[in-house]
Amino acid sequence: MSQPGIPISGGAPAGLQAQNGAASASGSLYTNGPVQNTLMSSQVSVSQGYNSQLPGSYPHLIPAKTLNPVSGQSNYGGSQTVSPLSNYQGPGQTLYRPLVASNPVTTSLHGGSVPRMPLPTSQNAAATSMPSGSFLPGASVQPPSNWQYNYPSTGSQTDHCPRASSQSLSGNTNLTTHQYVSSGDPSLQNSFIKSGITPNTNNGSMVVHNSYDEIEGGGFSATPQHTNKNPTMNRSVGYSYPSLPPGYQNTAPPSTTAMPPSSLNYPSGPQGFNQTPLGANHLTTSMSGLSLHPEGLRVINLLQERNMLPSTPLQPPVPNLHEDIQKLNCNPELFRCTLTSIPQTQALLNKAKLPLGLLLHPFKDLVQLPVVTSSTIVRCRSCRTYINPFVSFLDQRRWKCNLCYRVNDVPEEFMYNPLTRVYGEPHRRPEVQNATIEFMAPSEYMLRPPQPPVYLFVFDVSHNAVETGYLNTVCQSLLDNLDLLPGNTRTKIGFITFDSTIHFYSLQEGLSQPQMLIVSDIEDVFIPMPENLLVNLNESKELVQDLLKTLPQMFTKTLETQSALGPALQAAFKLMSPTGGRMSVFQTQLPTLGVGALRPREEPNQRSSAKEIHLTPSTDFYKKLALDCSGQQVAVDLFLLSGQYSDLASLGCISRYSAGSVYYYPSYHHQQNPVQVQKLQKELQRYLTRKIGFEAVMRIRCTKGLSIHTFHGNFFVRSTDLLSLPNVNPDAGYAVQMSVEESLTDTQLVSFQSALLYTSSKGERRIRVHTLCLPVVSTLNEVFLGADVQAIAGLLANMAVDRSVTASLSDARDALVNAVIDSLSAYRSSVLSNQQPGLMVPFSLRLFPLFVLALLKQKSFQTGTNARLDERIFAMCQVKNQPLVYLMLTTHPSLYRVDNLSDEGALNINDRTIPQPSILQLSVEKLSRDGAFLMDAGSVLMLWVGKNCGQNFLSRVLGVQNYALIPQTMTDLPELDTPESARIIAFISWLREQRPLFPILYVIRDESPMKANFLQNMVEDRTESALSYYEFLLHIQQQVNK
Amino acid sequence: MAFTFAAFCYMLSLVLCAALIFFAIWHIIAFDELRTDFKSPIDQCNPVHARERLRNIERICFLLRKLVLPEYSIHSLFCIMFLCAQEWLTLGLNVPLLFYHFWRYFHCPADSSELAYDPPAVMNADTLSYCQKEAWCKLAFYLLSFFYYLYWAPSTARPFGPSLVAPSPHVSIRGTRTGTPRGSHAPGRGTLGHYMRVLTILLMVCNLVLIR
Repeated sequence: MSQPGIPISGGAPAGLQAQNGAASASGSLYTNGPVQNTLMSSQVSVSQGYNSQLPGSYPHLIPAKTLNPVSGQSNYGGSQTVSPLSNYQGPGQTLYRPLVASNPVTTSLHGGSVPRMPLPTSQNAAATSMPSGSFLPGASVQPPSNWQYNYPSTGSQTDHCPRASSQSLSGNTNLTTHQYVSSGDPSLQNSFIKSGITPNTNNGSMVVHNSYDEIEGGGFSATPQHTNKNPTMNRSVGYSYPSLPPGYQNTAPPSTTAMPPSSLNYPSGPQGFNQTPLGANHLTTSMSGLSLHPEGLRVINLLQERNMLPSTPLQPPVPNLHEDIQKLNCNPELFRCTLTSIPQTQALLNKAKLPLGLLLHPFKDLVQLPVVTSSTIVRCRSCRTYINPFVSFLDQRRWKCNLCYRVNDVPEEFMYNPLTRVYGEPHRRPEVQNATIEFMAPSEYMLRPPQPPVYLFVFDVSHNAVETGYLNTVCQSLLDNLDLLPGNTRTKIGFITFDSTIHFYSLQEGLSQPQMLIVSDIEDVFIPMPENLLVNLNESKELVQDLLKTLPQMFTKTLETQSALGPALQAAFKLMSPTGGRMSVFQTQLPTLGVGALRPREEPNQRSSAKEIHLTPSTDFYKKLALDCSGQQVAVDLFLLSGQYSDLASLGCISRYSAGSVYYYPSYHHQQNPVQVQKLQKELQRYLTRKIGFEAVMRIRCTKGLSIHTFHGNFFVRSTDLLSLPNVNPDAGYAVQMSVEESLTDTQLVSFQSALLYTSSKGERRIRVHTLCLPVVSTLNEVFLGADVQAIAGLLANMAVDRSVTASLSDARDALVNAVIDSLSAYRSSVLSNQQPGLMVPFSLRLFPLFVLALLKQKSFQTGTNARLDERIFAMCQVKNQPLVYLMLTTHPSLYRVDNLSDEGALNINDRTIPQPSILQLSVEKLSRDGAFLMDAGSVLMLWVGKNCGQNFLSRVLGVQNYALIPQTMTDLPELDTPESARIIAFISWLREQRPLFPILYVIRDESPMKANFLQNMVEDRTESALSYYEFLLHIQQQVNK
Repeated sequence: MAFTFAAFCYMLSLVLCAALIFFAIWHIIAFDELRTDFKSPIDQCNPVHARERLRNIERICFLLRKLVLPEYSIHSLFCIMFLCAQEWLTLGLNVPLLFYHFWRYFHCPADSSELAYDPPAVMNADTLSYCQKEAWCKLAFYLLSFFYYLYWAPSTARPFGPSLVAPSPHVSIRGTRTGTPRGSHAPGRGTLGHYMRVLTILLMVCNLVLIR
C-alpha cells in the first residue's frame, strides 16, 4: 500500500513488474529487487516478511520464483494462490489422494536423494537467479507445460512471457461486479489480481505459500545447493517432501504420466502430494519437530539431557488440527497462541498453570496479502465477526459464525466468486480461503474523510542537544528520505523546536525562506499562526529542504540549557489535533521547565537493590497528554538521546498510551560515540520509510466462552475489547491474556480474530483481518503437549513487566520462577504416572526453564548494578512493544560459530547465498579460542574473536594481519574480495534485514570493553548475581519435587 | 435524656450509609459505562467517536477519583463514632472494610497521587471487572449495614428512652412485615421507627430513579 517511490499502476505489465521491487521491465524479473534495497523501502520489508524468522523456508523461495516465469503464470497466479489451499476443501482431492499415494514413481523420486532444485531448474533453464549447481538434468522437463496451460486462455506453451494473455484476462476480471483490486498496491502483492497480469505477483504469492508450507511442516532447511547430502539430509528431503512448495508439487504430477493432464486434474496434483505423506506417514511430522510426533510425546529429564536447544531456529508448534483446517490457519508469526490446544475449562487451565494468551504482530509487512474490494463486507450479524475460513456453510445460502454460532445468510453477491467466475461457490471465495486478508472498507466505515498523513517533528535544541550533534544526523536522514515518506499528495509536514521557548516554522508556499516564530510564554502555550505551520509536503518541499539544511546550524551558539518539553508537546498537540498524525519527538535531557518538568530520581548506588527503583511515572502529565493525543488520533514517537538519567519511566508514557514507539540512544554523541550515530541513521531510515497506518483501531474477538482480559503493548483500551491505535506500524507487537469463562465442552475448535481498521498512507480505509483456529482439548496432557514455549515466555515477559510496575521487580522475578515451578509440578503431579527422580518436562516445554532463566537475566528483570534505570525501562518498553520474534532474540540470543562458514545448508535468496551456521548453546564452554563466534541479540550483534583464531579468518574476513591488530572498537567488517568475507557479510546483512532496531555489529577481542556484555548474554552460565542454567534447574527440581 | 450518643451515632450512620449506597450504585453504573461502549461497532471505529468516548472515560475516571476520598472518610467516620460510642459489635463488623479501604488507599502503585482510577489502568478488563465486583460487594455491605443501623438504633436507645423510639426490634420488624404503618398501635412509640422506614423507602425510590 504505502510503498514509497513505487508507482501504483493499474494493470499495465510494467507497473506490475515494479511490484517485485527492483525488477524492471528489462526482463531481469527474478533478481527480486526487494532484498537488494535492504532496509530502505518497505518493499523490502514486505518481501522479507515471513522469511526473516524462518530460514528454513528460504530454499524454496528461489525455486518458486524461478519456476513461475516458466509456468505460464497467467491465470494460474490467481487460482494458484488460492488453489493450494482451496483444494483441500474441494471434494475432488480425496479422489486423488490414494492415487498419488500409491504412485510408485513419486515415492521413488523422493526417496532417492534427488535434490529439490533439479526440478525447477530443469524447467527453467533461463531462470536468471539460479545458481548453476549440480542439478540432475532432465528430471522433469514436461511439468510446466503440463499444468501451465490448463487455463484455456493462456498463451502458447512456449510463451515464457505471458503478458499478452494476461491482458485479456485482466479485462475479464474487471467486468465482474465486485472485482478484487487488481494490483492496487504494489506492496501488498495482491494475489487476487488476475494472475495473468503479473507474473511477479504470482511469484509473491507462491513464495508465501512456500513459507507457509514450511512453517506448517516445520520444514527442514534442506539445501538446494549441493547434491550429496549427508544421510540426515537425505532423510529430511525424503520425508519433508510434503512441505515442498506448490511449485514443486506441480511439477511432480506430470512426471507420473499416468495422470491425464487435463485442467481438472491439475489442482489435485499438489494436493495429493501434500496429503499423502502427512496422512499416511507420521514420520513426516516427526522430522519437522511437531508437537504430535513421537518425539513430541517424549518426556524429558532436563537434568540428564543437556543439549535441548535445536540448532536451527525454533519452530512454533503446529496445532493438532485436521490438515485441511491447518492449511488455512493463520501464520504463527502474525498470530500465535501460548497454548495451541485450548483447555476446555478454566479449571483445566488453572491446573496446567500456564498462561493463556495471544501474541500478535498484526501489521507485519507481508509478501502476499489478498486484498478484497467488495461493496459489502460479510460479517456475522450478532458479533460482527468477519467471515473467515473457519466458518461452516450449512448450505449454499447460510453460514454459521464460528465465534458466536449464529446462523447468517450469505448475501447475494457473495455467491459469485470473481476468482473462478463461478456462481454458487461461496466457500471458494478468497475471504473463506485466507486466514489473513485485507478488506477495502466501504464508505460506511468512515464518517469523516480519511486523514491525510501528517508528520510533525519536534526537536530539542537546547545547549545539551546541540552538543550531542544529533540534529545533523536527523536532518540529513530526513532530507534523504523526504521523498520516501509514506504518503500521497495530501502529506503534511511541520517542525517545532524548543529549548526554554518554543519555535515554530512557517513554511508557507511562496516564502523565500522558512520563517521562525518564537513563543516564549510556556505557561499558556498558543499557536502563533494556525495555518502554514503544517504544510503540504509537495507544495513546500523546497522550503522544507531549506529548513532541514539550515536547522543544524541555527542553534550552534545557543547557551540555553533549559528544556521545556511539556509545553512543546502541548503546542505540538494543539497543532496536530485537527488532523491527527504522527509526532516524532527528539529529546536529549530531563525536561526542566513548565508543565511536565521532572526531577532526577535515579540513585546510582541503589541500582542493585531490586526494591527502590522508580519504574512508575513521577507525573501523570505525559499520560494525560498521551490520552488527549490518542483522542485526536495523534501518536507520539519518542527518540531519547541522552547521556544522563532522563526519567524514561515518565517520558515513555507519552508514547505508550498514544501507540507510539520509544527509541533510546544512551550517551549519544556525534564524535565520541559514532556507533550510536550509525544506529540512529539506520533506524531513522526504517522509521521514516516503513509503512504506517493512521487512526487505527484493533479489535480482537474470540469464540464464545473465551474472554480477553488484559492487553499488552502500546495503545489505549477504549472499550474492553477495542484498542485505540492512533498510528500503527509494522514493528509493533501486541499480546493479550485470556481466560476461559464458560466451559468449551461442546466445541471442538475455537477461533480468534483480530481486525485492524486503519487509514493507509494513501488515504484508503482498510481492514486487515487475521483469524486463528485452534483445537479444544480435555486432558491436561494434551494441554501440555500443545504448549508453545516461545509464546509462553513472551507473554510471561509482558506480564512480568506489569508486575514489576505495580508491585516490584523482585516480585516479578519471583513470579517468573514460580511460573516454571508451578507448571512443571502440575505436570509432574497430574500427568506423569510414575514419579521418577529428576526434572521431568514435556517435550514442548523443554526450553521453558531456559527461556525463563534468560528472562531473569534480560535487561528488564536482571539484578545487579550494571543496568541503568533508563536502560532497564527501555528494555521493558521493548518487551511490551516488540513482536515475539525480536523479543525472543533479545532474551535468548542466537550464537553462531562463523569462522568456518560454508555453503552447506545455505539459503539462497535472490542470488545471494546465505550460510546457515547452527545455533549454539549460550555457554562459554561452546566458545573456543581458535574460533570466531557471532551473537545475535536482536538489537546488537557481537562478533567475538578468539585469541588463537585462524589466520585465515583474521586476514580474509577482518582484514588484519594478526590478532593484536584488531582495533579496539570495530563496528564494521571490511568488504574483502574473499569468499569467507562474502559469506559472513551476507549472513550478517541477512540477520539485519527487517529488524525494527538496527543491530550494530561489535567486533570483540579479549580485552574489549564489550566483552562483558558478550559474556552477560551467556545465559547458561553463572553471573555475579544469577544462577547458571544447571543450578537453576536444580533449584526448580527442588521446588517441583517438594 | 435517653437520646444517647450511641443512638445518635446510629442515626447519623443511617443517613450517611444511604449516601454510601448511593456512591456504590453510582460506581456500578460508572464501571458499566466504562466497560461497554454503547455504540455500534462501526461507530466505535470512527475517529470522531474516539474523542467523545475518551472524554467520557476521562470524565468518569475524574469523578471516580473525586469520590474515593469522601467514601473512605465517611466510612472511617462511622468507625470512629462507633469506637467512641463503644459499640464493639458494630465496630467489629466495620473494621474489615476499614482495613480494606486503608490498603486500597495506600497501595496505589504510584509516585503520584492520582493513579487510582487512571484511565489506562481502569480500562484494563481485569481491573474493570475487579472494580465492578468490588462495587457490588460494597453495595451489598452498605445495604445490609443500612438495615442493621435502622433496627439497631432503636434497640440501643430502648433502655434509656422507650418513649422516643420503638420499644423493641420486634415491633419494627412486624411493622415492616405487614407493610403498613400501624398508626393505631402506640403512635408515640413507633414514630422514629416509622420515620426511618419511610426514609428507607424514599431512598430506595430515589436510587431506583437514579439507576434508570
